[in-house]
This record gives sequence, C-alpha cells and structure tokens, in this order.
Amino acid sequence: MDNLDEVYNELIMEHSMNSYNKKHLDKADYSEMGHNPNCGDEITLEVKLDGDKIKDMAFSGHGCAISQASTSIMIDTLKGKDIKEAKEIIKTFIGMIKREIKDEEELKKLEDAIAFRNVSNMPARVKCALLAWHTIEDILDKRENEGTASIDCCHK
Amino acid sequence: MNIKDDFPILKNRNIAYLDSGATSQKPQAVIDAISEFYKKCNANPHRGAYALSQEATEVYENTRTKIAEFINAKHREEIIFSKNATESLNLIAYSYGLENIEKDDEIVISIMEHHSNLVPWQKVAKTKQAKLNYMYINENFELSDEEIESKITDKTKIVGITHVSNVLGTINNIEKIIKYAHKKGALVIVDASQSIPHMKIDVQALDADFLVFSGHKMLAPLGIGVLYGKKELLDNMTPFLMGGDMIEYVYEQDTTFASLPNKFEAGTQNVEGVIGLGAAIDYIESLGYDKIEQIEREIVHYAIEELRKLNFLDLYLTKNNENHSAVISFNIKGVHPHDVASILDAEGVCVRSGNHCAQPLMRFLGIDSTCRASFYIYNTKEDVDRLVEALNKAYNMFKKYIKI
Ligand SMILES: Cc1ncc(COP(=O)(O)O)c(C=O)c1O
Ligand SMILES: [Zn+2]
Repeated sequence: MDNLDEVYNELIMEHSMNSYNKKHLDKADYSEMGHNPNCGDEITLEVKLDGDKIKDMAFSGHGCAISQASTSIMIDTLKGKDIKEAKEIIKTFIGMIKREIKDEEELKKLEDAIAFRNVSNMPARVKCALLAWHTIEDILDKRENEGTASIDCCHK
Repeated sequence: MNIKDDFPILKNRNIAYLDSGATSQKPQAVIDAISEFYKKCNANPHRGAYALSQEATEVYENTRTKIAEFINAKHREEIIFSKNATESLNLIAYSYGLENIEKDDEIVISIMEHHSNLVPWQKVAKTKQAKLNYMYINENFELSDEEIESKITDKTKIVGITHVSNVLGTINNIEKIIKYAHKKGALVIVDASQSIPHMKIDVQALDADFLVFSGHKMLAPLGIGVLYGKKELLDNMTPFLMGGDMIEYVYEQDTTFASLPNKFEAGTQNVEGVIGLGAAIDYIESLGYDKIEQIEREIVHYAIEELRKLNFLDLYLTKNNENHSAVISFNIKGVHPHDVASILDAEGVCVRSGNHCAQPLMRFLGIDSTCRASFYIYNTKEDVDRLVEALNKAYNMFKKYIKI
C-alpha cells in the first residue's frame, strides 16, 4: 500500500467515526447480524421495505473504520433503490473489491461506495469492507426464499 | 556482531518485524540445517534397517537429547514431539485430563491463557462435570499471591498457567504457583510458548509436571512443538493418537503400546522440524540467554519509555518491569487496532492486531482487541523508532475524527 490516504479518505473517516446511519429503525422488517471474527467487527443491519423498494436502513455495532464506514455508506447508496437495482450494486461492489470489475462506467452506479476501491490493495481488510454487503445479501436472499411463492403470483 | 544479518528475511525486506510473539523469523543456520538434512540424511526414522534410515533416526533422537538437556529434563524420553504447543496441550487434556479428572474436581487456569490452554480444559470440565475456575489479574495486569491462593484449593486437580502472557507480556510467578499447587495436591501445566524464546527454562528446578512450547516462536520452523512431562505421569497415560510407530504388538483385536517416547509419537514425524528445532537451540545457546536477556531488556525498556511518551495511547502493561517480557499491547484511544495495524503496515511496521487468541482476557479488560508489538533478539532501537513514527502518523490521520 503506497497511498494510505486513498483508503482512509475524508468520506470513509467521517462515516466511520460519525455516522448518521447508526441508529435503530422504528419497525424494521429485517434485522441481521454480520460478524467478522478476524477483526471482531460486528454489525447489525436493519432494513425496512416498501414492496420491492428499500425504504429505510440503519445499523448498530462496532468494529474497524473500514467496516463501519462501509456499512454506513452502503446504506446511503442502497436506500431508496428497488431490490433488483440494489442487487446489481451489491454485485458490483463485491466485484470491485475483489478486483473483478474495473470498468469505470459500471463502477459509477456505486455512488459514494466507490470510495472503497483502494481497499482491494489491502487484502487483510477486504473482509472488513465486504461485511455489510454480505449481510444485506443474506437479508435479500432470505426475503427471496421466504417470499418466492407469493411474489411469483403477484408478478404473474 | 549484528544479529539481524543472521536473518535473511530481515535483509530481504525493509520491515520492522514486531510480531515475534506470533512467530519468530529464522536464522540462516536453521534454514541450512533443514536443507542439509534433505540433501544428506533424509529417510524415515525408526523404519529402515539400512544405514540412511539409521542416520535419520540418529539425528532425530539426538535432538530429543539436546532438548532434554536444554530444559534440564531428567530423562530424554520425557521429551515428546508434537505439532505445536496447542497439540501438546490437547494431548495432556485428552490423555491426562479426561482420564484423571472426576466430577466436582476443579481445574484452575488464568484469565490470560491463550485459547489453546483454555478451550481443551472447557471440554474436560464439561465432559467430567468438573469446575473450570479462573485466576484473575489485578489492576497491574498481574496475578497476585492472594488470587493464586484463593483459587487453588484442596479440590484443584490441575492448574494450567502460561509462563508469559502473549497479550500483556506479564511474567507469571510460576515458581510460586507450582509450589502452592503441589501443596494442594494439584498438577501444574506450564505453557512456556512465550517464555522459552526469551528465558532459561529448567523443568526440574521449577518442578513443573508438564511444560509445552512451540518451536516456531524460538527460531525453529513452523509445525514442530514439544511436550515435556514427568516420566511417571507420561508412563501412566494412554496414547493420544494411534497408528504406526507408537505400538509394540498389534493383533487383530488388541494392541500393546510402545514405551516412551514413541507411545506419543504416532505416524511419521516432522523430522525436518525436529532438525530445525535442534539448530535453533544451538543458535540460542551460542548466543546465550544472558545475552538474549540483555539485548531484549534494552530494546523493550526503550520501547516502553518511548510509548509512554505518546499520550494518545492506552498501554496494557505492568508497572513492574521485572515482571514483564517482550510483548507490549496498546491502543490508540478511540481508533480500532486493525486500522492502526494497517497504517503501520503501510509504513513497514509489522504488528499484530486482534484478540490474540485470548477472548476471555479481552472481555475481562473490557476491550475488543489490541495492537501488539513483540520483540526478539534481532530487533533494534530503529525498529522502535519506526513504530513510534508510524503511530504518530496513524494518530494524526485519525485525530480530527476521534470521538472518545
Ligand atoms: C501463550 C501461548 N500459548 C500457546 C500458543 C499456541 O501456539 P501454537 O499456535 O504454535 O500451537 C501461543 C501462540 O500463539 C501462545 O502465545
Ligand atoms: Zn475490520
């Protein structure tokens, strides 16, 4: 890592130390814990849906700056998106961190979350950056599995 | 004499390696001994009648004798080779613990134990419905005499204690613990993983019942460990792993076991590890523990002095320097240790961050994790200066965001 400031940039620092997304939702539809035993990072993600739209999200927990900022910025990015769009963004973020996606156009859809692109140069911290994104993935998978039947019939 | 020059990796990479508590670097002499073994002596010990296998057996067994002398064991067969300290401790838990602990007996360990000297005892305690009790540290990160005497009781059958804490660097008063435990009729298992790289161990003077360590923290290769046990204890224990080399006669339904030490060395052993460990001991002895202690005292005292000047740090460290070895845990107040470690890494300073396989200790201290700098013979004041400089840099990066 040559340029550390590219990882610990203003945006990431602000979100990690001082996040307005760190709170509890009034009535969350889903609440899921994510845990990174290496670091001891621990977050609980709360999600409120409105049909197929992510209406609101919040988180609680503790951990390193990268895990906390990544959670908070993910919330900013995904809030208001519909689930299909959110899944695309999640896939792109994971691809960026794993260096599988480098196309600038494609990365644009990450909005502020593009701030984490240089974490891919710090293999020891990749898990920290991905924690929240894997957790939201779990939530969306869960929803899909429990809801398949009813969603299918609504859409048909 | 420049010790650093003996360690190729420290010449090849421009780093301040401050993670010897996790594993030490290896001197050229150890690397050479392993490669010489493969070039000149490689065969499966104990299994061939031909000269080469005999030679392999000889170097393997000679190293056992060397280790016995190194820690002053009474008998060479009291030295059992294992993978690491963890395996040695599991062997004791299974082959001694499960066979000798009974319902309502007490097992006593300290809150600063590494998971490897903790989780196996949970298993024994649960299986046998025994109690697992803890000796806690005082505000000075030490075990007080009162704590030792109040936790080890007439019901205590086993005491497990680390000689030096891998998190705090505290040197425990194992002489006192062993004497007191013996008075109460308990056996003592000493985890010497963090002490034997730094200080002379004499198992007879200590009167330790069992003592374990890993080679890789004392200049030897990864994957070789030692279990020392008093002969009369080992003789009465059942084998831990079954298979080749550890048997005497095998019938279709029954087996008689080999005598010590083979009884506890099932299967083809890590011979290159044993050879490497022998070379590591030669290196340590040629330097001498007096010299090692002198080098480390100077470096560690310098490090403590410099770190104490950084008022943005929390240090988890006894005030009694004479009870402290070569490990220093710290945190930048308000900054997560993994972030600190990443920033240090970018400056070429290798420290460990995390819970250091000591979660109950972390919980007791009320923290998640720490950064840990650990020192060894090849470290210099320049390494400490690099650490301090990198810490200042980390603090300055985070300063305006820190909320405590
Ligand atoms: C005090 C202590 N005990 C036990 C161990 C376990 O050593 P190993 O992982 O080599 O078995 C360690 C090393 O991490 C240690 O520091
Ligand atoms: Zn993390």
